[in-house]
Amino acid sequence: MNSADLQLNLHPVLPELLMVATAAVVMILDMFNRKGKAPTRALLPWVALVGVLVTAAASIWLIGQPVSSFQGMAINDARAQALNLVVLAGAALTVLLSIRYIPNVNRQTGEYYALILLVSTGMMAMGSATDLMALFLALETFSLGLYILAGLNRTDRRSNEAAMKYFLLGAFASAFFVYGAAYVYGATGSTRFDLIANALFDGQADPSLLAIGVTLLIAGFGFKVSLVPFHMWTPDVYQGSPTPVTAFMSVGTKAAAFAAFYRLFAFALPSEQATWGPVLGALAILTMTLGNLAALRQSSLKRLLAYSSIAHAGYILVGLATATSAGIDGALFYLISYAFMNMGAFAVIILLERQGEMDALGNRLNGLARRHPQVAMLMSIFMFSLAGVPPFAGFFGKFFVFAAAVSGGYSWLAAVAMLNSAIGAYYYLRIVVNMYFAEPTEETRIEPQQASIPLAFALGVSAVFTVALGVLPSLWTNLVQSGALNLVAMR
Amino acid sequence: MALSIPYLLTIITFLPLAGAAIVTLVPGDGAKKWLALATTLVTFLVSLLLWTNWQDGYAGMQFVEDVVWFAPLGIRYALGVDGVSLFLVLLTTFLMPIAVFYSVLYVEHRVGAYMALMLLLETAMIGVFVALDLVLFFVFFEASLIPMYFLIGEWGGKNRVYAAVKFFLYTFAGSALMVVAILIVYFSTGTFDILALQKAQMPLAVQTWAFLAFSLAFAVKTPLFPFHTWLPDAHVQAPTAGSIILAGVLLKMGTYGFLRLAMPVFPQAAEQFGPLLATLAVIGILYGALVALMQKDIKSLVAYSSVAHLGYVMLGIVAMNAQGVSGSILQMVNHGLSTGALFLMVGLLYERRHTRMLDEFGGLWASVPVYTGLFLVVAMSSAGLPGLNGFVGEFTIMLGAYNYMPIFAVLAAAGVILAAWYLLTAFRKMAQGEITNPANDRAHLKDLNGKELAMVIPLVILFFVIGLFPNLFFDKINPSVEAMLETRAAILQQATAEQTPAFELAEIMATEAQ
Repeated sequence: MNSADLQLNLHPVLPELLMVATAAVVMILDMFNRKGKAPTRALLPWVALVGVLVTAAASIWLIGQPVSSFQGMAINDARAQALNLVVLAGAALTVLLSIRYIPNVNRQTGEYYALILLVSTGMMAMGSATDLMALFLALETFSLGLYILAGLNRTDRRSNEAAMKYFLLGAFASAFFVYGAAYVYGATGSTRFDLIANALFDGQADPSLLAIGVTLLIAGFGFKVSLVPFHMWTPDVYQGSPTPVTAFMSVGTKAAAFAAFYRLFAFALPSEQATWGPVLGALAILTMTLGNLAALRQSSLKRLLAYSSIAHAGYILVGLATATSAGIDGALFYLISYAFMNMGAFAVIILLERQGEMDALGNRLNGLARRHPQVAMLMSIFMFSLAGVPPFAGFFGKFFVFAAAVSGGYSWLAAVAMLNSAIGAYYYLRIVVNMYFAEPTEETRIEPQQASIPLAFALGVSAVFTVALGVLPSLWTNLVQSGALNLVAMR
Repeated sequence: MALSIPYLLTIITFLPLAGAAIVTLVPGDGAKKWLALATTLVTFLVSLLLWTNWQDGYAGMQFVEDVVWFAPLGIRYALGVDGVSLFLVLLTTFLMPIAVFYSVLYVEHRVGAYMALMLLLETAMIGVFVALDLVLFFVFFEASLIPMYFLIGEWGGKNRVYAAVKFFLYTFAGSALMVVAILIVYFSTGTFDILALQKAQMPLAVQTWAFLAFSLAFAVKTPLFPFHTWLPDAHVQAPTAGSIILAGVLLKMGTYGFLRLAMPVFPQAAEQFGPLLATLAVIGILYGALVALMQKDIKSLVAYSSVAHLGYVMLGIVAMNAQGVSGSILQMVNHGLSTGALFLMVGLLYERRHTRMLDEFGGLWASVPVYTGLFLVVAMSSAGLPGLNGFVGEFTIMLGAYNYMPIFAVLAAAGVILAAWYLLTAFRKMAQGEITNPANDRAHLKDLNGKELAMVIPLVILFFVIGLFPNLFFDKINPSVEAMLETRAAILQQATAEQTPAFELAEIMATEAQ
């Protein structure tokens, strides 16, 4: 070990440090709030938001300065920064959605924003981990925070159920992950991705141990991104969690786990690609098909979006199955698009929820266009984008991911995925039908306690980016370009 | 060129979009209506610059614009028109003011949204015809679904929601596999440039799969038998202006797709599947005509006649010879004008009587002579009476089809007779005989007024112009068509040469040398 390895380089973890620091500030500010004198509580979301935005700026600044740090346990390349930006976009929008919402659900506002920040930190760390131990640390950091957030509404039975389910199954998933990591360590003698890759390259690894290990790791990740057959928890947890938390979960968890998934397969197991590619492809097909078919039958909006999120996990996995850099860059574009369109959809659901409710049935959208034409128009944009109709971001998300699949020899996978997206169009369209072509009911009215300026702003930002990324996808790719987003090179 | 205008095609394509934005911002239904109409009129006038500045005899793309859109995949924002697309662009910009004017007169429900959607639709449609990049083409192609879906679903007839959803899902599912095919083609040739793709060599397997996927998308859109079942629903339920645009322009996106992409880009596969497509086209001609004959609702009669007419267009395209293709292009325009006019006439009658059932009418000659006379002209144009536009297109297509495979021309000719039959039957039931229903008499039924005539007359004038002076149009169409066919023939020859074993090739060369 030379001296360079020993030096603790903090510069690459600047984004994570900023997030933790903001979380600390939020918690300290919250302390001064105890007797309810100074209105610092109202400041907390804005402090959190500023922290998130500063971190995003730092991430953008760090693009193009890839450094490995902590003795090879983490790397901060452009893709890690791109993932940071996806998570931060999700976090910023979540904060905006929470300002009116969370005080209705739980009085402990301070810990809520601190937890959002810490969970984001864990997610960001997932994308830069290049060691199984660092990965596990990041995984647990964000998972533990999410268990608490899911159960935030302590008086609501559903929320408790969600937290409990998420915790139990999440604990199983973590156990699978650790067990898998142990097997991989046993097979290759290291937990560091580059050393694992070297061991495999030299042919020193025990193939059966490795196979067991990788299978268990996939199961662990599969739980986190809700791949079929590890998806059972998703609808219940999505439905029971406070809606801003659900929104954050659907975007952030997916982004973080997929980023880690990619690191593991591209950095540690490149030699195993031929074996695992088809397995991931099969998982992708199962996931998207089941997600779409189940979504067809949902009446609850949150359950519908839960199954839709399962389907989208399937599409993103198509990009990873190829394990090419085009695939991961396509998946990252997909994730940033998904962040905006899905956060937007959840924002509309929040608008429709009544005091004390944490879900809305699809028929509450009936006639929304008559009562609230602007909201209905934005929701239509999100739905068409989720369905993959141009000129919205969701179309290019699919296009890039499937381009990677076709160039990697997985044309059949892309074909199945496209047919699936035609199934998906049906239930997204049904929401549009409800909003525009059904008679409005008393239910359709938007309650004033939910319609806040920050939420309206979040809706607008989501819509603007959903359209902008669909018209000019290079906005994103230029930003993270030093990550060699170069699909042409993969031809 | 008289004068060159930079970004002319971009301006034509996106003027309606800008208009849509303004329409949503301006208060007041009246202002919205007239602004929308003004936008379409200005767009039409600007698009006439394409005609006046046209470089006659030049086969390639004119008014070309080319900017990088998404560099990593080489996707470009590339626009251009040639003889193949020129008249489709003009057809769109010409029909839009008529459709919008009709709506100005008769649409009262949520005017702002309606007008904005019409204008969005115009941008998408023009975009399809001027796009020179496969991805750009696809984006416009799919984007057109959204406004049409809302137009049918919100302003349509009784069963509108079902029709709108069916329209959307059918066409969306149809083009799903085209995305994959576009990617396969890209990774096989390295370009999304449509013109370069027409010159590119592709392995036969790639061609076959891609051709099938493209064809499925376009066959649903056209619609080609047996993918037509969404069309009667959509047409019958759509508002009149929606029907005019749906029949007049939207369906042409399918046939245009065949002509610009499926047939020339995958020449070998197209050769193989040509007879199949031609068979489907002829089935469509006969089936559409026979079903039209059975209809009691005039609007569904016109809808089924579209299936038949698009069958001719397809037949000419599949023939892939100069007459067939040129005839098809002109016939696309003709069908747009004639069927658009038919829907317009049916709509005008519906606004008066609130029914479209043939049984309800009779004796209209006596009560509304101007309307009836114009209806007869429109019907004759659709039936292909010599001297009017439909005849020129259909006749040229028949020539092409005969040179391709005579049997198809013979069968298609039977369709012409059927067309005359169902149109004249409909006309007889509506116009001739005694007035049996007092609602149809002179006291109750008003003849066309000046505004309504202003919509119908331009169409009728064009029927005669195209019918009597077809060369005005063919002169601009033909050079591009010939160039496209030459490229295709060269590619085919090259492909066959590569497949021919060496010793045969030597023999051929020896015989040629002698």
